[in-house]
Amino acid sequence: MSALPVAPAATPDTLIAVRDLGTRFGVQVVHEHLDLEVPRGVILGVVGGSGTGKSVLLRTIIGLRRPDAGTVRLLGADLHALPPPRRIAIERRIGVLFQDGALFSSLSVVDNICVPLLEHTALSARDARRVATLKIALAGLPQDARDKYPSELSGGMRKRAALARALALDPEILFLDEPTSGLDPVTAAGFDHLLRTLRDALGLTVYMNTHDLDSLHAVCDRVAVLADRRVLVCADLATVERYAHPWVQDYFHGPRGRAANAAWAAPTPET
Amino acid sequence: MSTSDVPGRVDLLADGDGSVTLRVSGAWTLAHFATIERQMQPMRNTLGADFHLDLSALSALDTAGAGLLSLLLGPQRLCAVIATLPDLAPERRALLGTVGGAVSDILAYTPPGGDGLGFVELLAHLGRTSEAIWCQTRALLGFIGLVLETLARNLLRPRRWRMTALVAQLEQTTLDALPIVALLSLMVGAVIAFLGATVLSTYGASVFTVDLVSFAFLREFGVLLAAILLAGRTASAFTAQLGAMKSHEEIDALRTIGLDPIEVLVLPRVLALMLGLPMLTLIAMLAGVLGGAIVCVTVIGIPPAMFLSLFHADTPLSYFWVGMSKAPVLAFLIGIIGCLEGFKVTGSAESVGERTTSSVVQAIFVVILVDALAALFFMEMGW
Repeated sequence: MSALPVAPAATPDTLIAVRDLGTRFGVQVVHEHLDLEVPRGVILGVVGGSGTGKSVLLRTIIGLRRPDAGTVRLLGADLHALPPPRRIAIERRIGVLFQDGALFSSLSVVDNICVPLLEHTALSARDARRVATLKIALAGLPQDARDKYPSELSGGMRKRAALARALALDPEILFLDEPTSGLDPVTAAGFDHLLRTLRDALGLTVYMNTHDLDSLHAVCDRVAVLADRRVLVCADLATVERYAHPWVQDYFHGPRGRAANAAWAAPTPET
Repeated sequence: MSTSDVPGRVDLLADGDGSVTLRVSGAWTLAHFATIERQMQPMRNTLGADFHLDLSALSALDTAGAGLLSLLLGPQRLCAVIATLPDLAPERRALLGTVGGAVSDILAYTPPGGDGLGFVELLAHLGRTSEAIWCQTRALLGFIGLVLETLARNLLRPRRWRMTALVAQLEQTTLDALPIVALLSLMVGAVIAFLGATVLSTYGASVFTVDLVSFAFLREFGVLLAAILLAGRTASAFTAQLGAMKSHEEIDALRTIGLDPIEVLVLPRVLALMLGLPMLTLIAMLAGVLGGAIVCVTVIGIPPAMFLSLFHADTPLSYFWVGMSKAPVLAFLIGIIGCLEGFKVTGSAESVGERTTSSVVQAIFVVILVDALAALFFMEMGW
């Protein structure tokens, strides 16, 4: 595992900056004084127990939810303060994979991927379909799935189709909510490999909510732990593993954590 | 991303010694997809087997550009060629390798052909549609049977009655619909009285407007208006509710817990409608007659007491029962159609919309059809 590789020709600027974020639903406080920074070219894994607000944090960062306190800057801008055209300009530079895929159920897989392509580029419908087909193949989806509808796909295939849509515009930042949950281990490993290839080649920045310890070991440069309503620690995996907090210790040194550790400590062939 | 945003170019350069260099330069990105492809098109056929690839002037490369490059060279050749380029950055090598693999997957796939001849397609379409109508009718009859069977099984076992669900449905379908049903009936009653007053005054028989309003509302319009409103308001709601449950696998979950979806979901809804529509019909009758009365009193000048005595004298009680007897039947059909269409929803959002439309159209169609048949029947019977 290399330590924090910097993407080619990328200045080490901060793409996501969350400061003093507060989130509440009624009386329930989800985040309080939460700070998080993600530099360009980094693959960040966000871990945390169920209900610690990982998905809410992601939704807040991409501007689907207005922060109750504090500021969120994405690609240097506060989405809620921007006029709509500039907000759209920022939004087309990000790709989002939602937890359940969130494919448009009335469109076939290839048409789903064509939506951002036709909306934001000057491609003809025929070229958009060809690019979409390429993304489908890149995401590891079999070609006969391209004209199927989301309801005809299995959960894992839906996830890959959603990844293909998130990658459609070659975004600068990719947001992934539990990308490998529900995937079989072989597919999940392929997914990790694809992510690293794209990061290296395109300087992609990835923000990933995950529970998958293997993904953390395989692709994440940094790991942020969400607990006690804030980001406890955000550092490389080795540092995070040593962090003294009961949940962190249970997570990384429980039976699954130990198994993943042992597997990745042994000399591993490049996936 | 690179700042140098010169559109990608591809050139074939003939060197002095007879060898050929394929020079790829500029930004090979999604933004220049069409430009690059146009240049590339003639080259795909003329490109010989022996050439030297020069990627040194390539300023930017993304997945779309890598896809084009691997289409130009062919994925196998691309893999072979990039292996011979020592000064290619490893991340570009990885990208070209990955995309090349993806492109060879695409090229290996031939989509199944399904082009039919025009006339044969037309016949096939006709056949499919006819079959769909037949299946639809059979499904509706089958579903009616299923619901009646479940009803019969549960009727004598009060412990299995789902009172909470029934009362909740009664509130949503009947109580919440009361104001709109009353208001609409009042207005239609007034309109009918106006029509009657206009036509009948020609013969000096304005006073029969009272009979017109009472006949119309007790026999037909009370129940018809309430049923059509219910078909639009409630059949669609049932379809959407059950459809959303179906697409989230909630109905399968009920079944695996050992609950019968018909008993849990359909019976309370259908029964609530069968109880609710007669009540709404009564309200619609009262409101319609009241609307007629208002017009009679204010426009024609029949005093309220005279309106009431004429109403009492000319309207037999059987008219009320003729109208009321249709209510439970129509309610049953509306509920059944709404629920059945809900069960037919498949995963997509589009399918929810389609089924909801279909449920409202079918429900209104059936309401008017049954009402017309019933009117014929009652007329022949002289009731």
